[in-house]
Amino acid sequence: MTLVFTGVCSHAPGITGRSERATQAQRDGLYGAFAEMRVALEATKPDAIILLAAEHFANFFMNNMPAYALGMGAVYEGPIEDPEWLRIPKRMAKGDPDLSLRIIKEMLNSVDVAYCEEWQFDHGIMVPLHFLDPNNELTIIPGNINCQGPPLTPLHRAWAFGEAIRRAADAVPERIALVATGGISHWPATPDSGRINEDWDRDFLDRWLANDKDRLLDYTDAATYAEGGQGGFEIRTFIAAAAAAGGRGTLHFYEPIPIFAVGCTVATMEIV
Amino acid sequence: MSLYTLSKLLYTLNRDDGAKARFKADAHAFTQDFVLTDEERQAIVNRDIGLLYVLGVNGQILMHFGALCGLEWSDYLQRMRDGVKDHGPVRAGIYAMTTGIDEKVAGA
Repeated sequence: MTLVFTGVCSHAPGITGRSERATQAQRDGLYGAFAEMRVALEATKPDAIILLAAEHFANFFMNNMPAYALGMGAVYEGPIEDPEWLRIPKRMAKGDPDLSLRIIKEMLNSVDVAYCEEWQFDHGIMVPLHFLDPNNELTIIPGNINCQGPPLTPLHRAWAFGEAIRRAADAVPERIALVATGGISHWPATPDSGRINEDWDRDFLDRWLANDKDRLLDYTDAATYAEGGQGGFEIRTFIAAAAAAGGRGTLHFYEPIPIFAVGCTVATMEIV
Repeated sequence: MSLYTLSKLLYTLNRDDGAKARFKADAHAFTQDFVLTDEERQAIVNRDIGLLYVLGVNGQILMHFGALCGLEWSDYLQRMRDGVKDHGPVRAGIYAMTTGIDEKVAGA
């Protein structure tokens, strides 16, 4: 039918795994924004949700690294992490191989995307799902952009990938939601963990909220690494979401929370 | 010598319960499936998070190994700082440290 929902959010494992180490106000603000996103998502009655992540070596490794991947499985298991560590119980999420197949076939007209009949979810997908689908009811199609192991796909290709998602969502009869997850600036899982470049984040968010394609694509990886850290490479998922939705964004939450290792973000975008 | 192989070992360990069991039973024997330098092998066998970090292991892989070793978050971060103190700057990869050795950015 069409793309019915587009949102972006953070997925840092500390959001659940180290929740008690943030302040009550930080936790309430972020969790509240996730809860509102869940309500907005449910209101669009999606038949399936494409969860576009920047996974962290749960499925893909440097032996055979796809720039882009989409799930085509009947079920997906996660989290790959110790559930006690992440504080999210294991679940079997349901997929829809036939719907995935139709989406992937359409996308292949313009982008090369690997298809995956197996996919294990890591925190990149499980943290958003924990908040957006707590009862494990949604049909999930995981997606991925390699943001971890360079060489990485250029930003204009991430934009084209988002356009392909939109074209495919519009081509199938089902109602498709898109949630893209990633950090803006962060230096995850290093001694620098907790470093957050709020100015850089807010400048990026300005570009994203305005859906200003030229400015969204006006980053080099060297500059992103210097200003936004390794985690900054994950802006690719936000860029793809902007390309898919085409409208202007609304920021529901942004706050640097160092113990969560990222400027925690929840935003949605109008679909035009 | 081979950051790729070292990382592959950790990747395998992170996602495969059978590999975890073999590692816990006999870490040294587990490493024999991988071509590693003596330094790399010792870093794995000794669960030396600091040295693995300095050798250039991507934090997204190393973090899970830290969890597998039962390290609490602050302890995991501290071991990386200690690694840089003991072994010098990160030698490869994209996860070099950008803050001071004693700077606890996350308050952790």
